[in-house]
Amino acid sequence: MDILYALWLRQIRRYFRNGSRLLGTLGQPLLLLLALGYGVGSIYKQAGAGDYLQFLVPGIITQTVLLSGVFWGVIVLMDKRFGFLSELLVAPVPRARILLGSALGGATISIMQGLIVFAIAFLLGFRPYDWLLVVPALGILIVVCLALACLGAGIASSVDDFQGFQGINNLLILPLFFLSSALYPLNDVPAALRIISTLNPVSYMVDALRFLLSNQTHFGLEKDLVVIAVTLLASVAFAVNRFNRIQM
Amino acid sequence: MAQIAETVISAKGLVKQFGKITAVDGISFKIQKGEIFAFLGPNGAGKSTTIKMLTTMLRPTSGRLRLAGHDVTKEQASARQAFGIVFQDPSLDEELSAYENMELHATLYGIPKAKRAGRVRELMELVELWSRKDSMVKTFSGGMRRRLEIARGLVHEPRILFLDEPTLGLDTQTRNLMWEYVQKLAHEKGMTIFFTTHYLDEAEAVAERIAIIDHGKIVASGTTAELCRQTKTKTLEASYLKLTGPTTRDEADSGDNSGLNFKTALRNSRLR
Repeated sequence: MDILYALWLRQIRRYFRNGSRLLGTLGQPLLLLLALGYGVGSIYKQAGAGDYLQFLVPGIITQTVLLSGVFWGVIVLMDKRFGFLSELLVAPVPRARILLGSALGGATISIMQGLIVFAIAFLLGFRPYDWLLVVPALGILIVVCLALACLGAGIASSVDDFQGFQGINNLLILPLFFLSSALYPLNDVPAALRIISTLNPVSYMVDALRFLLSNQTHFGLEKDLVVIAVTLLASVAFAVNRFNRIQM
Repeated sequence: MAQIAETVISAKGLVKQFGKITAVDGISFKIQKGEIFAFLGPNGAGKSTTIKMLTTMLRPTSGRLRLAGHDVTKEQASARQAFGIVFQDPSLDEELSAYENMELHATLYGIPKAKRAGRVRELMELVELWSRKDSMVKTFSGGMRRRLEIARGLVHEPRILFLDEPTLGLDTQTRNLMWEYVQKLAHEKGMTIFFTTHYLDEAEAVAERIAIIDHGKIVASGTTAELCRQTKTKTLEASYLKLTGPTTRDEADSGDNSGLNFKTALRNSRLR
């Protein structure tokens, strides 16, 4: 417990000492909220689809934690490149525990980012459907953040340089976000897009949050929860496997 | 010292292969408690690979390795608890303070919370960094970082201290101070010191016993006097050059690491 806490604390300390990192990962969701929420919102309403901000915010919160979670993983790469990982790997602590403590820190950072976006959305006029349901939504967000932090750590463990990490991220994060249910309802999109989005676990993360925060769902909460749980298990397994293979 | 010799580090028939390359080719040695042992060799001779195997970072292809009575591959956690290491490359978290680096190490090595603060303070005072305890490591000079790394390696009171080219880039004052302290650790606390260096004067002055490795094999070992006698030379440097030859070696890894890193080399060659 002590060890997990110490590793968690290390991540949190680093996060609060680096203001640019905070702003960097918040810039994009803010832009999307403003540009899409206001820009697309009026057309959305004219088309008779309802309030776009209510629809969009769960998607943007998911995008925030997707970006922040996977990018947090870069710390594994930094530790590898700048040597601190040696210190961690010779410590008498199983690697899985080192990974878990660190990933819990990464997940906590993402949750904070998600909550900041939630607060900003509230100021812009977003209202949760039922404040009581915000609690289970937070629970889901925690699980999602942990899964994404593990995904990021797993990717960072597999590559050796920052360009590689950047490349994988661009190939991964953008499609995961744009080809999900985050920005548009899946009911009326072309079949190909619907199939891709249905295969994309991010769609289910968005859908679960959207159900709890805005009372709208495409897949239904049960299916969302199953996919999220499977995603968590798969990303933890992926991260542990990749992290175990690191050789200094 | 009139005490019964106790073997603290022992390697027997140690081999490490990376694909077709044999980096360490069946080396054996024994190091006693409180001994200061220098491991010398040209770049790429197998020093770093050996240290990595000794410190559980690489698994030997074959051979046996024991640290303080623990089999390094089978009882990894106890073996790890038994040694401290100062790595060749920097290994501090630059975005944490000096104190936080020490505290994290103490926690990872299971030092009880009540003892941590005292232990950390004692060592930071010893390396004269206590007044800078709350400064971020990124503001530290190379010498300060090295001192902090040494202090960190000692937090959990290891029986063995590995120093992989610890004086690289340090000024003379810091080097002298460091060796003085390391000798004290060995003589007063019975700590076993295993170090590598490229400075032969350093090895001559500090090490009680020296092993010279080349092409993955130990080509000679003994005290400076014994090495000189074996090679019919007058200085350690002369005998070293006689044993390992005057030509320079190609390093497989031309990156920021000094010392050969076969794994990186292999990985690079696969990528290209």
